Amino acid sequence: MTTTHPPATLTAPRPSQRRARMRETIAGYAFLLPWLLGFFLLTFGPMVASLYLSFTDYDLFEANWVGLDNYTGLFSDPRYLKSVQVTVTYVLISTPVKLVAALLVAMLLNARRRGLGFYRSAFYAPSLVAASISIAIVWKAMFVDDAAVDSFLQIFGIDTGGWVGNQDLTMPMFVLLALWSFGGPMVIFLAGLKQVPTELYEAAEMDGAGAFRRFLTITVPMMSPVIFFNLLMETIGAFQVFGSAFIISGGTGAPADSALFYTLYLYIRGFTDFRMGYASAMAWVLVVVVGVITVLLFKTSKGWVHYQGDSR
Amino acid sequence: MTTTLTDATPPTSSPVTQEDSDRLRQQAQGRSRLGSVAYHAFMVVVSLVVLYPAIWMVFSSTKPHAEILGSVSPFSPNASFDNYLTALQGIGGVSFWTFVWNSTFVAVVSVVATVASSAVTAYAFARIDFRGRGLWFAVMLGTLLLPFHVTMIPQYILFQRLGLINTFTALLIGNFLATSAFHVFLIVQFLRGLPRELDEAARIDGAGHLRVFTSIILPLLRPALITVAIFVFISTWNEFMGPLLYLKRPDLYTLPIALRLFVDQTTTSDYGAQVAMAVLALIPVAIFFFVFQRYLIDGVATQGLKG
Repeated sequence: MTTTHPPATLTAPRPSQRRARMRETIAGYAFLLPWLLGFFLLTFGPMVASLYLSFTDYDLFEANWVGLDNYTGLFSDPRYLKSVQVTVTYVLISTPVKLVAALLVAMLLNARRRGLGFYRSAFYAPSLVAASISIAIVWKAMFVDDAAVDSFLQIFGIDTGGWVGNQDLTMPMFVLLALWSFGGPMVIFLAGLKQVPTELYEAAEMDGAGAFRRFLTITVPMMSPVIFFNLLMETIGAFQVFGSAFIISGGTGAPADSALFYTLYLYIRGFTDFRMGYASAMAWVLVVVVGVITVLLFKTSKGWVHYQGDSR
Repeated sequence: MTTTLTDATPPTSSPVTQEDSDRLRQQAQGRSRLGSVAYHAFMVVVSLVVLYPAIWMVFSSTKPHAEILGSVSPFSPNASFDNYLTALQGIGGVSFWTFVWNSTFVAVVSVVATVASSAVTAYAFARIDFRGRGLWFAVMLGTLLLPFHVTMIPQYILFQRLGLINTFTALLIGNFLATSAFHVFLIVQFLRGLPRELDEAARIDGAGHLRVFTSIILPLLRPALITVAIFVFISTWNEFMGPLLYLKRPDLYTLPIALRLFVDQTTTSDYGAQVAMAVLALIPVAIFFFVFQRYLIDGVATQGLKG
């Protein structure tokens, strides 16, 4: 049980040892059985099936091989291109905005003061419900014409005429919803900040480094693994917004497709139009894009992410 | 620079002495009186902004429809529970309580199934030395990043062929098969932090893995399992896509899709009743948050650190 390396000599491991290893392997797969079943039946099998479907015109009744037509069709589908534009814009704006807010507030909370527990809970709570249908309904009701947000802006003489029906204000409305859920990454940042040794800051302060300098030379490098984790998870999550876009746009991406998020259009194609081959091609493009982004983030991370122990 | 090290301070490589730290802290305390007021003033303002949607939601749900629009103030002289009475009437002949029951059933079964299957899976990854473990663990982590949309369509076709449309089975089956990599990973991390001596001693005494898992590991896993249970409850309670795909009969609806139907039917935009129903749907999540917030926050905090 203790040896994991194969013996260096030509003599085979003792039969008792071999039997013990064998027993471990059997036990391992017995415990792993539910997960293996789930993986093959509900993840790997369906992935292969959807790859196949993406080369067909499957509509729940019959599937004819169409080669790359679904994939080439994506690039001449204006609604598809619009959904890519909406989603990429959303990812590029909402992710940095949310993460910067999360890090700044986490730094404010990383102090020895009273009442921090209350602030932390108050800021964290929205992240549990921000993606729920209840909040989507509330968001819509707050942003329609003459509702809370519009009335508030009217005090300053700005009349937006409601954000929900205005295609230029759809994106800011969704970004604000993402920003509202900054508490999730904030809690992770805060836990990371607590592990940065205070002597480092004290030493830097003794040497006359200002607050901004200390942030750049201590906080950012020490926190880089946590920043990397949050950046990866938030970016991937931002590609997959669905419920709130569905409710706020009435399931259509309205107005003028300004709320036509990628997964919403995928749903419309697959389950409203029943063009499941086309929707499968969309799903595979999403997987490839998310995969490429993940690989790129990991590659660039070698340059800026420092794990404790490599350089200290 | 002073180099006096008292016996109490452990020798460190950092050039900062205890005296230096004390001096910095004293300086900081001198600044702190005014700073503290500014700090709390700022944080209270941020808290109010962050909590505004929640406050707005609760107060608007008691306002007559006509007063929801055209005012920033949460208060109304005409507050009443009429919106709740409308919401509780249900939709299309189905009682509101049917939706509550459906959501509760799906959430409770999901919690029990996910906790059990994830614990078993995590035990295999963290404590059994089997061939191929590294490979399967990497595969499991890979599924953590996989957008579920790529499996959604074939899963739908599979469940449709099996006659599982309009059943809860379609929603629940994945929970029994540990498909949530996030929760498996959370328990693996927790297990790695538990000392191995206890279970190794039991193994040497001849206990099998099943025995070690049920009588030694499972009791120790309690905090991690509670965290997973709360996360699963909240995410299942809020789950929208699965029920939208698989439940087509209103008497089977869970709350999120019942809310969606309610929004679609009240096209005259009766925001008061919609918001009241949204409040009702969030009550269990709010209760879980208030009771278990420590578990939630600690659970979220650890995932980023050890990942």
